[in-house]
Amino acid sequence: MREPNGTPRIGVYVCHCGTNIASTVDVAAVRDAAESLPGVVLSRDYKYMCSDPGQELIKHDIAEFGLERVVVASCSPCLHEETFRGAVGEGGINPYFFQMVNIREHDSWVHRDIAAATAKANDLIRAAVRRVRFHEPLEPRRVPIDPRVMVVGGGIAGIHAALTLANAGKQVYLVEREPSIGGHMAMFDKTFPTLDCAACILTPKMTQVRAHPNIQIMTMSEVEEVSGFVGDYRVRVKHHPRFVIEDACVGCLECIDACVFRNGKTPDEFNLGLSKRKPIYIPFPQAVPQVVVIDPEACIEFRAGCRKKTCVEVCAERNAIDFQQEVTYDEVTVGAIILATGFQAFEASRLPQYGYGRLDAVYTALEVERLVNASGPTEGSIVLRDGSTPTSIGIIHCIGSRDKNTNEYCSRVCCMYSLKLAHLLKEKTDAEIYEFYIDMRTPGKGFEEFYNRVEEEGVHFIRGKVADVYPEAGNTGRVVLQAEDTLAGMVRKIPVDMVVLATGLEPQPDAEDVRRTFNITCGSGGFFTERHPKLAPVSTFTDGVFLAGACQGPKDIPDTVAQAGAAAAEALALIDAGHIELEPNTAFVVEERCSGCRTCVGMCPFSAISIVDGKAVINEVLCKGCGTCVAACPSGAIRQNLFEDEEIFEEILGVLTHV
Amino acid sequence: MSGYQYYPGCSLKGTGKPYEESLLAVAEALDIRLDELPDWNCCGATAYMAVDELQATTLATRNLAIAAADGRDLIAPCNACWLVLSKTAGHLADDPGLCSVVCGALQATCTIPNGDGPAPLSYDASVPIRHPLDVLVNDVGVETVAAAVTEPLEGLTVAPYYGCQIVRPLAPFDDQYDPVTMDRLLEAAGCDVLGDYPFKTRCCGASQMMTMPDVGVDLVAMLLEDAIARGADVIAVACPLCQFNLEAYQSKAFKRLGKKGRIPILYFTQLLGLAMGLSHRALGLQRSFVDVKPVLAGRSSDA
Amino acid sequence: MATEPMIRIEADRDPEFAAWFTGLVGEEKLRECIHCGVCSGSCPLASHMDLGPRKLMYLAREGWADDVLGSNTIWLCTSCYACTVACPQQIPVTDVMYALKRKAIEAGKAPKRHPVAVMAKQFSRMVHRRGRMSEAYLIAGLALRSGVHRYVGMLPMGVNAVRTGRISLKLDRIRRRKELTALLDRVEREREEVAAS
Ligand SMILES: Cc1cc2nc3c(=O)[nH]c(=O)nc-3n(C[C@H](O)[C@H](O)[C@H](O)COP(=O)(O)OP(=O)(O)OC[C@H]3O[C@@H](n4cnc5c(N)ncnc54)[C@H](O)[C@@H]3O)c2cc1C
Repeated sequence: MREPNGTPRIGVYVCHCGTNIASTVDVAAVRDAAESLPGVVLSRDYKYMCSDPGQELIKHDIAEFGLERVVVASCSPCLHEETFRGAVGEGGINPYFFQMVNIREHDSWVHRDIAAATAKANDLIRAAVRRVRFHEPLEPRRVPIDPRVMVVGGGIAGIHAALTLANAGKQVYLVEREPSIGGHMAMFDKTFPTLDCAACILTPKMTQVRAHPNIQIMTMSEVEEVSGFVGDYRVRVKHHPRFVIEDACVGCLECIDACVFRNGKTPDEFNLGLSKRKPIYIPFPQAVPQVVVIDPEACIEFRAGCRKKTCVEVCAERNAIDFQQEVTYDEVTVGAIILATGFQAFEASRLPQYGYGRLDAVYTALEVERLVNASGPTEGSIVLRDGSTPTSIGIIHCIGSRDKNTNEYCSRVCCMYSLKLAHLLKEKTDAEIYEFYIDMRTPGKGFEEFYNRVEEEGVHFIRGKVADVYPEAGNTGRVVLQAEDTLAGMVRKIPVDMVVLATGLEPQPDAEDVRRTFNITCGSGGFFTERHPKLAPVSTFTDGVFLAGACQGPKDIPDTVAQAGAAAAEALALIDAGHIELEPNTAFVVEERCSGCRTCVGMCPFSAISIVDGKAVINEVLCKGCGTCVAACPSGAIRQNLFEDEEIFEEILGVLTHV
Repeated sequence: MSGYQYYPGCSLKGTGKPYEESLLAVAEALDIRLDELPDWNCCGATAYMAVDELQATTLATRNLAIAAADGRDLIAPCNACWLVLSKTAGHLADDPGLCSVVCGALQATCTIPNGDGPAPLSYDASVPIRHPLDVLVNDVGVETVAAAVTEPLEGLTVAPYYGCQIVRPLAPFDDQYDPVTMDRLLEAAGCDVLGDYPFKTRCCGASQMMTMPDVGVDLVAMLLEDAIARGADVIAVACPLCQFNLEAYQSKAFKRLGKKGRIPILYFTQLLGLAMGLSHRALGLQRSFVDVKPVLAGRSSDA
Repeated sequence: MATEPMIRIEADRDPEFAAWFTGLVGEEKLRECIHCGVCSGSCPLASHMDLGPRKLMYLAREGWADDVLGSNTIWLCTSCYACTVACPQQIPVTDVMYALKRKAIEAGKAPKRHPVAVMAKQFSRMVHRRGRMSEAYLIAGLALRSGVHRYVGMLPMGVNAVRTGRISLKLDRIRRRKELTALLDRVEREREEVAAS
């Protein structure tokens, strides 16, 4: 084993982090213990090491006491490693002559016993002191950044992020798996709390996206594979066939009239099955792109062959129909990625006690959004499945939310959209409306005022979760809602014509696959996790991958748009720097030892290793510093910066030696 | 030895006698062998649990241990017995401490006849506890039951009533909120089954009927009124307590409703037996409090 | 109109009872109730209860022991488990009801001649001694101990049961009842030993 280069002079700094560390770790004792370690010439404790005076302390001590290595025991390196390396560098020595010790997340926050937590801090610092002696001077890697950005998901989040970036002059690929962009917002009639018309505020943005020279929309598309790294992501996009040539179709919709199916037979996805569509269709009138799509499951050409092909006939001039289309792929390079894949509504039939799918009177909120919508299946009039208009309506909150049997979290928007639906239904039917809620959550600008307004309109509010929904005897079509009115302390049975289930927001069904493709993480509820809940709300733990909208957690449109703007700004800041500095923690080959056995080549998950003249060569730009090759090399010919054998062994010995 | 062990429980020897009679008759008609569990004791039911949890568990375990010596699946037709035995098996599996106390005591105090005389009674793991609905649908099969039907009960509208304890809190063989096993068997017997009877799994009042009849009668009244309103001729049940409550308190219930009415409450096994052409006497129909003749008139041979 | 003060002072609260209660089902589950009322809403007997499960659980976790142990709610529970499967916080309400019944009996708070409590005791005594329950004797005992007047109305039913052969006047028992008694006594002894140690 190599000896350290002489005996470098080491300085140790123990941070109190206010009381975060100091209340569980005896920082003065830790400071004193560090002072006696071999090589340590100076040991201090300080209230906030990350503060300006804290950093100044390091710089000053390097000059004053000739420190050659620095150890800071404070929080997670995720938060402040950069900060302290910067201070060390400004102090005049190589920034990598530094080691950080986490005595907060790994110690004070997870222990209660002060003596044990103090001993643990001592062990961790001893390890760092022994390790840092072996640190070598390193330079960060600089790589250029591709200025293009990919936005995945074309809901309001993706639309807003794409427009922001495009307006700043960046090239954007907007990938949407449905035939049109728009997401859930395109389904609504009005939006809370201001009740502005969803189409009126969304459609202009959708057409802007369509017209923008800097945006390339890829509908019916999904990301299949992502490789590379921040600044240089290679993305493979899969395009499903639309069977209509996008550039040729002008959206005249004559083919739909001409289709041999006189009436639609297939449940219309956009109307959640409340109406039928033909095999050739446009998802909704304002769809972007204004291009029809053919459903191969429904179109007889794909099953038995259509003799007439009336759609092709009517489109003879433009010749936009192409039954031969197949899946195609594109490979694009981008510097950053914004994920805006949104949410799915909770599947109401998972709670059979509410009768969804069994009782005709029971609807989900999303279905009611379509019913109240002027361009919906009933053109905005409230007509029930049996053709009648309701005179009494029950709205049940928290379906699939705040329920450990389904989702423990609160879906955050349901109280507000239920109030909105109560208002719209009241306006359209003048029915008696009963809202069954557990807690009314209206924290937002103008939200409480909206609640008051709906109360004034005479909606009944019953605090209690509905326990049972059953059909009234005598074939009335009505159902009875049974619940405890907890404020009155009595059980009530209320017959209603219509039930609206305020279903919660869940992660998309493929969130787990998307997470894996983009190498990010999901939290307990299954939504994508942000890098820091307060300070990095749109970043992920993968550099250059950002989050926007409901894919990160349930939220309303105002919050979604704010987040989308933030994600676009973060991506811009990254790209506009032109290049990025990466950790120099790459692996390298000691040529004399390499036997050219190729073991490493196959093991490298980033295809960064090749054999040149019988020796392994590692591409520094591609290497992510995972260490797989280092461990795999049978002749010990591969080493890794910041993870040299000596550094790791000394660290282990340091933890295990109670001196 | 094929077939099943059979745990009647106290009720099937008393008020629930027609359930035992019809179950055994139907099993015989379908060629299913049932052997009564030797020297079984009361399962403890809900009442014992209210007094003493440990003793209640011990009582149920003795039955499980006797059944374990035989090893075949154990059929418990009474919903309450079925649940107590199932829950106890679960408790013993989840709580090794409890299991060792109870099993130790069993071995020290109880015996089971063996070739050469009594051997100590021991319990390791439970035999599967089965309800007849489960066995008929999942082991025997609805098709087999249908094939044995000779006199389909056409035109007889039946409200299927499952009660609570076979769907709550456990529901291993049927849907918790909308169970269908009984529906399917009755359909196989040719009945018109009321698919939308909403109180399928509502409580009948259980032992409350005996202790606070006034309270229980309200529940029964609701169950009966709704079934009749939907056109039921008969309510089918799978539990002796449900059967007794719905049948014995009818006059009070109708008085409470201010209406006149009568509706037979039959075990699903009695209806299956009728469809298989078994005699009223073999199915214990003569033991009904509510006269069954009006709804069964003109059907089976010996009416 | 008579009025009754509805103000309670903190000193009347029994934190020990609250601690016992919340400790019943591990962790802090009983503290996690969000008072949605689905337990009372799904309870077939809520209409006859003084408190209903939701209020009962709340009062119990706050330590209002007398209100809880003296309530009729615990005795009206029929163990139908509707509340248990509906509870969004997965609180096993029915099991908690059993525990409260036992606590009430133990604390001597169970209403003396309340038929539910009488029946539970009566039932367990019979099964303890004979291994089986005989309906006729259970009812007879119940009537004697909680007041014959309550059961006069049930007479025609009894006649019916006898007429149809659905009630046996034989007092049933198992063969090895000595073993059973020994078994129950033994677990009892073990429990006492554990409690003592
Ligand atoms: C019934 C209901 C009513 C509501 N009413 C209101 C209201 O009045 N006011 C309000 O402020 N908020 C309301 N909301 C909330 C609102 O819907 C959300 O805030 C908003 O839709 C979030 O936008 P998003 O772009 O993040 O997600 P989404 O709208 O879900 O859009 C996500 C998009 O990504 C696409 N996508 C998903 N996965 C992939 C993939 N793997 N590859 C490619 N594309 C993908 C989807 O097809 C979709 O187009 C309501 C919600 C519901 C359920």
